[in-house]
Amino acid sequence: MARLRSYLPHLVLAAGAFVMLLPFYWMFLTSIRSPAEIFDISLWPIPKDFSAGENFERAARQVPMARFMLNGAFVCFGILAVQVLTAVPAAYALAKLKFPGRKLLLTLVIAALCVPMQALALPLFVGLAKLELLNTYFAMMAPFFLSVFAIFLFHQSFRSYPDEIIEAARMDGFSEMEICWGLVLRGSLPSLAAFSVFSLVAHWNDLYWPMIVVTDINLAPPPLGMLFFADVESGANYGALMAGAALITAPMLVCFLLARRHFIAGITMTGVK
Amino acid sequence: MMRRGFLFVAPAVLLLLAIYVVPVIVLAVFSVTDYQLGALSTRFIGIDNFVQAFSDQVFMRAMKNTVIYALIVIPLGVGLALGVALLVQGRRRSRAFWEAAYFLPVTATLVAMATVWQFLLHPSIGPVNAAIKWFGFEPVSFLSDPSLLIPTMAMIGVWQVLGFNMVLFLAGLTAIPQDLYEAARLDGAKNPIDRFFTVTWPMLGPTTLFVVVTTSISAFKVFETVAVLTKGRFGSEVLLFSLYLEGFEYSNTGYAAALTLIFLAIILVLSIGQTVHLDRKVHY
Repeated sequence: MARLRSYLPHLVLAAGAFVMLLPFYWMFLTSIRSPAEIFDISLWPIPKDFSAGENFERAARQVPMARFMLNGAFVCFGILAVQVLTAVPAAYALAKLKFPGRKLLLTLVIAALCVPMQALALPLFVGLAKLELLNTYFAMMAPFFLSVFAIFLFHQSFRSYPDEIIEAARMDGFSEMEICWGLVLRGSLPSLAAFSVFSLVAHWNDLYWPMIVVTDINLAPPPLGMLFFADVESGANYGALMAGAALITAPMLVCFLLARRHFIAGITMTGVK
Repeated sequence: MMRRGFLFVAPAVLLLLAIYVVPVIVLAVFSVTDYQLGALSTRFIGIDNFVQAFSDQVFMRAMKNTVIYALIVIPLGVGLALGVALLVQGRRRSRAFWEAAYFLPVTATLVAMATVWQFLLHPSIGPVNAAIKWFGFEPVSFLSDPSLLIPTMAMIGVWQVLGFNMVLFLAGLTAIPQDLYEAARLDGAKNPIDRFFTVTWPMLGPTTLFVVVTTSISAFKVFETVAVLTKGRFGSEVLLFSLYLEGFEYSNTGYAAALTLIFLAIILVLSIGQTVHLDRKVHY
């Protein structure tokens, strides 16, 4: 009885984890099974007929899967680079420099934190349509060039940087840019890492905005590509469909398993996905 | 010094204007017109769009569906996450494993995973229904029975949000000082359930509130599962999906702007609590 009690939490957790992990296991299993085994509902991990090659090849042939992944990587890193370039100096100025309108700007930043991207999509779409910029990488990235969350986060983190060091660096002839990027940001590298993870995961997985501004399949990032692919296959070949799903989820899953701590910190720090 | 401050914030301020301030103003202007993208003439129609929204059957159904979705996702997504966090917290060696297992769905691309769920829940070839049949029950058509669509998608929503909430609860639990449990034990709270209600639950209050708020915000933003699984068929529209259709498929820009403002109002009410919390947490 006592033994059962000490095992009970493990049993409950294992039952829950089974449900949490079942989709991943099933996705992987189907992606290496031959389409003939589609009616086989057993969870036995070794397929009778190993056809991973066939399934992944079909996924890559039906739709430009590699292209989707490259689009995703390009858009995500492009967004992240501009976000960091614009947010870090702004956060530094808000935390360490005095200028009129500082309070107002900080208030605006905090107010903007409450506004979800989906609420801005309509006017941004109309603007991009008027400028004939739909179906471009720029349209996919532009709304995210400013991350008010990054400004907020870096501002909080920069504030605790000692003023004496900044004063001393100024005496030594460091320029304000050098202080901002070379000293203060270096003191907040964990925040930078956490924000990078947050931003990359959010934009790799985003469907709403790409679905609005992209109709050209060659520009589609992974989630939109997956949607196209699911429509093309329309349930006909689950092996290939699951191979495609596995390809698209793999980068984030692998990074998560490699840097679990950073991922959990980065994603949950925000409170919003 | 002052000029430097302006220079440093200039890019961010320009982007803030272009991405937030101007679009919100434009949105408000659109919402009182009958503007359609590409149309030649546009009229001012006052609050007609808002009046229309509340008598629009499709939009009202979307609103109702979203509320039902949220009413399933919030209690289950928060309650189960708390349960899992309490169990995980006590584990020493296996803690990292459980954390990773429950957090995995948070990082996974929902569009791809929704496709996997579609297969898992398939009435004839999916393993879930195979298990149901094995137990001797009738197979359930999770994704074609109209009355089951929203609950099914809500379960997928719970699956996705659980690990996220678990981590927030774990952080909250770690912050509870251990001597409080000691004191409660001395005061006669002998069994773990008593200690949960005298110490854990009250101390976890702010965390729970925060988790409820973030879960409800993400529940009101549900979009991907609908876009993949039903595309709004059989009356399964949700708020963001009907907004997407009106604004970007049918180009009813003015009307969609009014719907967006309604959506924004809901999110703002929910997120004021969140921002207050975020602000305080970091100021500590």
